[in-house]
Amino acid sequence: MMNEQIKTDEDAILKEADGLLKDPGKRRLLGNVLTLGGLSLATGVTLEHYGSVKKMLEAVSRFNDGAQALIFNPAAMAHEYTEADVTKPFPFNAFYAKSKAPVVDPATFRLELSGKIADRRPWTLDKLYGLPQTSQITRHICVEGWSAIGKWGGVTFSEFLRRVGADTTCKFVGFKCADGYYTSIDMPTALHAQTLLTFTFGDEILPREYGFPMKLRMPTKLGYKNPKHIVEIWVSNVYPGGYWEDMGYNWFGGS
Amino acid sequence: MAIGKPSIHPLWLRLVHWTNAAAVVILIMSGWRIYNATGFMGFKFHKDMTLGGWLGGAIQWHFAAMWILFANVVIYAVMSVATRRWSRKYFPLTPKSLWDDVRHFVRGKLSHSDLSIYNSIQKAAYLFAIIDLVVLVVSGLALWKPVQLSWLAVLVGGYEGARRVHFFAMAGICAFIVVHVVMALLVPKTVKAMLWGR
Repeated sequence: MMNEQIKTDEDAILKEADGLLKDPGKRRLLGNVLTLGGLSLATGVTLEHYGSVKKMLEAVSRFNDGAQALIFNPAAMAHEYTEADVTKPFPFNAFYAKSKAPVVDPATFRLELSGKIADRRPWTLDKLYGLPQTSQITRHICVEGWSAIGKWGGVTFSEFLRRVGADTTCKFVGFKCADGYYTSIDMPTALHAQTLLTFTFGDEILPREYGFPMKLRMPTKLGYKNPKHIVEIWVSNVYPGGYWEDMGYNWFGGS
Repeated sequence: MAIGKPSIHPLWLRLVHWTNAAAVVILIMSGWRIYNATGFMGFKFHKDMTLGGWLGGAIQWHFAAMWILFANVVIYAVMSVATRRWSRKYFPLTPKSLWDDVRHFVRGKLSHSDLSIYNSIQKAAYLFAIIDLVVLVVSGLALWKPVQLSWLAVLVGGYEGARRVHFFAMAGICAFIVVHVVMALLVPKTVKAMLWGR
């Protein structure tokens, strides 16, 4: 009697399941839902930890460097704003807290030069401040998405490179910073008219948190390409990489 | 192969469709991760719903899939013009026909008997998706190159405007995908037609 009851239930369940699976529409619906689930698992979990996919993505990032170099127009100028547009307070951003910004002594500071540069004598701050100065009010765009408008003043970088006799046929200009940061840029951007080696921010000596003693300001590149606290500049044909770039940020990082 | 039986969707369209689906899913999931770096809408996406692991990884995914989407949009546009697909499939589309089909849909009487002919709701929905993808590409290019492509950035309200346009266009395509997938699963023969052509 008991067994018979179980048998009946079993039959009923099998019959229902069979009916469900025999209806081609319902069967396909079930299959489609399962496939979608599998697909989302595959993209979310497997792919991003897969070594060859990482290599492929890095290769595309190198391709994107080339594409951006191609798109880069030396004559294209970033929009310049007015004093009223300046973002206040300007955001602080680094890979450390504001209080950890490096302390540089202006009296003993020397800017070192190396690589394919004719005159590699170090520069004091007074000598740098004596160079012809200009300023710009431009939009700083962070890779994180936010943007802010600031006013930076300093010497046109191409003018500085010319004065020290840098070999501008080289591919790269590299920067070493007082906080351990380092980055590098392409020569066409280094020679862009809006690329400034800046010593002031908002008409005052560059504050410590914004990059004292100097920051390379390029409105044609994302924030992480604009090095602060520069202590050494070099010119080279050997790819120098960068702090974030070596971890996976795109090297060209152009705007 | 059943020779002579015309396919509902030509092979090129099916390839473009599934390539697009993969690229858009990658772009959305990696885009959510990029958005999370500065969640300007007051919320963040759960990280398990995102792709890339961190901002740098997400950007790599996003800027790889963008080429696939870009190429796909170009191929689709060229093929649509060459085969006169838009004039055959999408037009005429009038507010009246759309309203009639909405009424049919509400009564559960909207027919899918001939998959080669789009009803007005389908036409409107697919046109929305196509236009929204174009908005996504334009605002995306403006975000990527606000200086080099400044003329494009002006169209979408500059860099900060482009961020918002890109975000809401993403929300639009997500809404489309939800409805599109539900409808396709409810009428599974449409999925079959998009896979095998008939």
